[in-house]
Amino acid sequence: MIQHLPILQVIIPLLAAPICFILREAKLVRWFVLLANIMAFVVSIMLLQQVNVHGTLVYTLGGWEAPIGIEYRIDELNAYLLILVTSISTVTLMAAGSSLNKEMKESKQTYFYIAYMLCLTGLLGILATGDAFNVFVFLEISSLASYTMIAMGNDRRSLWASYQYLIMGTIGATFILIGIGLMYMMTGTLNMHDLAERLVEVEQTKTVFTAFAFFLVGVCLKLALFPLHLWLPNAYAYAPSIATVFLAATATKVAIYILLRFIFSVYGFEFSFSHLPLTEILVSLGLVGIIAASIVAIYQTNVKRLFAYSSVSQIGYMILGLGIGNKTGLTATLLHLFNHALMKSAIFLALAGVVYRIGNVNIKNFAGLGRQMPWTMAAIVIGGLSLIGVPLTVGFVSKWYLVLALLENGWWPIAVLVLVGSLLAIAYIWRIVEVAYFKAPLQNNQSHKEAPPAILIPAWIFVIANFYFGIDTSFTAGLSERTAELLFGVVK
Amino acid sequence: MMEQELLMQWIIILPLLAIPGILLFHKQPNLREAITLIAGALLLVAVVAFYQGFDAGNAPYIHWWELMPGLDIAFRAEPLGVLFTLVAGSLWLVTSIYAIGYMRGHNEANQTRFYACFAVAISAVMGLAFADNLFTLFVFYEVLTLSTYPLVTHAGTDKARHGGRVYLSILLTTSILFLLFGIIGTWSVTDTLTFAEGGIFDDSVSPVVAGVLLVLFVFGIGKAAVMPFHRWLPAAMVAPTPVSALLHAVAVVKAGVFSILKVCVYVFGIDLLNELTITDWLLYVATASVLLASLVAMRQDNLKKRLAYSTVSQLGYITIGALLATQAGVLGGALHIVAHAFGKITLFFCAGAIMVAAHKTEISDMRGLGKTMPVTMIAFFIGSLSIIGLPPAMGMWSKWYLLMGTLEAEQWAVMIVLMISSLLNIAYLLPIPIRAFFDGKRSVVSINRGEIKEAPWPSLLALSITAIMTIVFFFWPQVFYGLAETLAGVAGGTNG
Repeated sequence: MIQHLPILQVIIPLLAAPICFILREAKLVRWFVLLANIMAFVVSIMLLQQVNVHGTLVYTLGGWEAPIGIEYRIDELNAYLLILVTSISTVTLMAAGSSLNKEMKESKQTYFYIAYMLCLTGLLGILATGDAFNVFVFLEISSLASYTMIAMGNDRRSLWASYQYLIMGTIGATFILIGIGLMYMMTGTLNMHDLAERLVEVEQTKTVFTAFAFFLVGVCLKLALFPLHLWLPNAYAYAPSIATVFLAATATKVAIYILLRFIFSVYGFEFSFSHLPLTEILVSLGLVGIIAASIVAIYQTNVKRLFAYSSVSQIGYMILGLGIGNKTGLTATLLHLFNHALMKSAIFLALAGVVYRIGNVNIKNFAGLGRQMPWTMAAIVIGGLSLIGVPLTVGFVSKWYLVLALLENGWWPIAVLVLVGSLLAIAYIWRIVEVAYFKAPLQNNQSHKEAPPAILIPAWIFVIANFYFGIDTSFTAGLSERTAELLFGVVK
Repeated sequence: MMEQELLMQWIIILPLLAIPGILLFHKQPNLREAITLIAGALLLVAVVAFYQGFDAGNAPYIHWWELMPGLDIAFRAEPLGVLFTLVAGSLWLVTSIYAIGYMRGHNEANQTRFYACFAVAISAVMGLAFADNLFTLFVFYEVLTLSTYPLVTHAGTDKARHGGRVYLSILLTTSILFLLFGIIGTWSVTDTLTFAEGGIFDDSVSPVVAGVLLVLFVFGIGKAAVMPFHRWLPAAMVAPTPVSALLHAVAVVKAGVFSILKVCVYVFGIDLLNELTITDWLLYVATASVLLASLVAMRQDNLKKRLAYSTVSQLGYITIGALLATQAGVLGGALHIVAHAFGKITLFFCAGAIMVAAHKTEISDMRGLGKTMPVTMIAFFIGSLSIIGLPPAMGMWSKWYLLMGTLEAEQWAVMIVLMISSLLNIAYLLPIPIRAFFDGKRSVVSINRGEIKEAPWPSLLALSITAIMTIVFFFWPQVFYGLAETLAGVAGGTNG
């Protein structure tokens, strides 16, 4: 049993999806899906324990040794992210029932849950696998499932948003496939471990550079790095609230994982940072993304869109940390992966509560909500404070590491710009605060009640996590640091 | 030893413990206020007991937890912090008494939120006062900013919202952009943030880096209201008067100058400050701030605005005291924290009392008010004396040592400005009580002659207490002087 954990992690949600189809009844499916998620979460915790005890776990599918068969390879990096994805997915699902009842017909809900489980399968698969082509396959599974989820939003614009994402996502996936194909052409293997060994011999060829370039652009499209982010704001804004929470917290994080894995484990630090101007590219794009997306966020009237732009800017922070190319920077990126997921889950879940009561998230309708929905608004404000990076919240921890990493390299002008990004975050958060707490409610919005506990409790689990991991950083910072060391250790 | 450690934690936590009670009894105002008063009284007892223990040589250290490797939430008692807790702890009780009279007399809404946020702010002040390192200081500094935001915007009007926006944007901008940056910078060059006697920078740190960091700290601690980052303080005057009194004359602004003093003494150390050329320039900025703010204060007709600019100016005195980098300067700066606190809170109490009893906010409307509000106006007079630095009020001592500091440092320009500023203080503060008493003929107060109409008695009691205290501390300043002297002793420096 224990040695099959890596595959169980992926198989559980994969099998749960068709079973949902058999169960049909949405009420039944909801509980079943939650159960499956909890199981996946337990598996991910056991996996981390195993990794802590035994080091990297290697699992060969069907007993076929790599490079013939596919192998799953779990080290601290993906064990950490597996926990992140499964925990967030589980807590989000607790709120799914009430939120979905409000936003879509019951007959559609089963399909939503199926798409959700398939998306989860894809994400977990990407994380667990040690095979480059397998990454592509799971990426497509998760992407197709997320197009479906987004299209199920009750706003008709969600179809357009989904279509936009479909086009952009497919271009990205194609680029990734071309990249992988070129790598296979040069090395004759798809196993990441083998790739890493064999790429060294051919790393000065133009084909490898081309492969790397295709791959990089493709992944950056998936992770919505500025200026390749165009699909993201609409997708987040018009998707069902639960889908937004799930995708915002996990999908882009997994895309960043792919980037990390290929830069560090497959191509190696030496190749990525010394032979290619990766630092310049990532730092400049990350920085522009932080500033530009934050400024755009200030002017949004749809609050979900506002926080979607905020996500683009936060992705900028992660990419910037990665681009710095030192251990502290990588630690900052890994921390921010986790921390940003907590902030955005809290905020988007609270927004799901707003949608539940009001039906939309136009900033005008937030007038007076500070009094009418105090707990929901408090969750948004605390999530916002975390985004700003106020001490004792998780946002502060990641910002601290990021600025420290920049100062280690002596790049203080960039550190100043990072802090300016925090100030821009204050601007867009406080727009909401002022409307919610100082404006009198609109005429037709006089008597809104607090969001239902089913949404509020999961949202507050995330809020408390925002504080907990902001105060006790031994789990996140410790693991991030060890992982960063591991990634740097592999290459040198 | 153990008990002293426990006491220290109680001082930080005690105000927070009042909050559940305050929230629980939100329907019974009398019980709710009773809880605030009890907490205030307990806190006063605790800080006094703590001072006695500290005086006996008992300076505890507490480590709560490690947030990130090397970044601890930890507390240590040192003279300046103990001095600050004594001031803030005793004035919380007085202000609570005052607030009961004011908030009810003024029929303010949301009083439960008011008292709850107040308690959070006081707790943050206590944590900040005991902070053992820059990081702990920063955490409580930010908590203080955020917990006072609802107090500043208490009225909920457009004006309050605008004031709150200025308040928050300046304080957060300076703290994130300069202070946090300075802290991270300090960390990256020294690998420590723990306050240490004589400073934490060693010789390997280049003067340029240290100079830049000093600039970041002085401007980053926006709560000290060094120009040009002072605008949040007048903006915060939209808050109810008890907030202006305790927070924007004592707790928040003093947290600012306290942090500056602490950074100067325990991060840079006087000797290093003396070596840096930038110190002089910052000193001139603070001096300019003193002078300009006094000039602006003269032109304000709104009493609270005038007091706010006067505060900006007086905070500059303390910043000067820190930047003079002499023992007398540090001593005077620390004493001025106390003197200005008691003096200015009295003035604000009076301003609020006038607002509640006579509904006046503009100074030009206050002629002849002495006839109807004699106690308030006498208290105002005493408070003014202390701010100006005349006997028999405590302000005299601090200004005395500040001037000594300028002599020691041979900063003649600074000395002259301090004296001019004192004259300006006379010009903008003393006419108010004088006209109130002796300008009855042109009185605009339309209440029958001879009829006394003071503010509600709790408010009157509070402002009498603080006014009497300013005089008491003129004759018996030993407690504060002792603490300030110890601080000046550990600050180092060559001259005695």
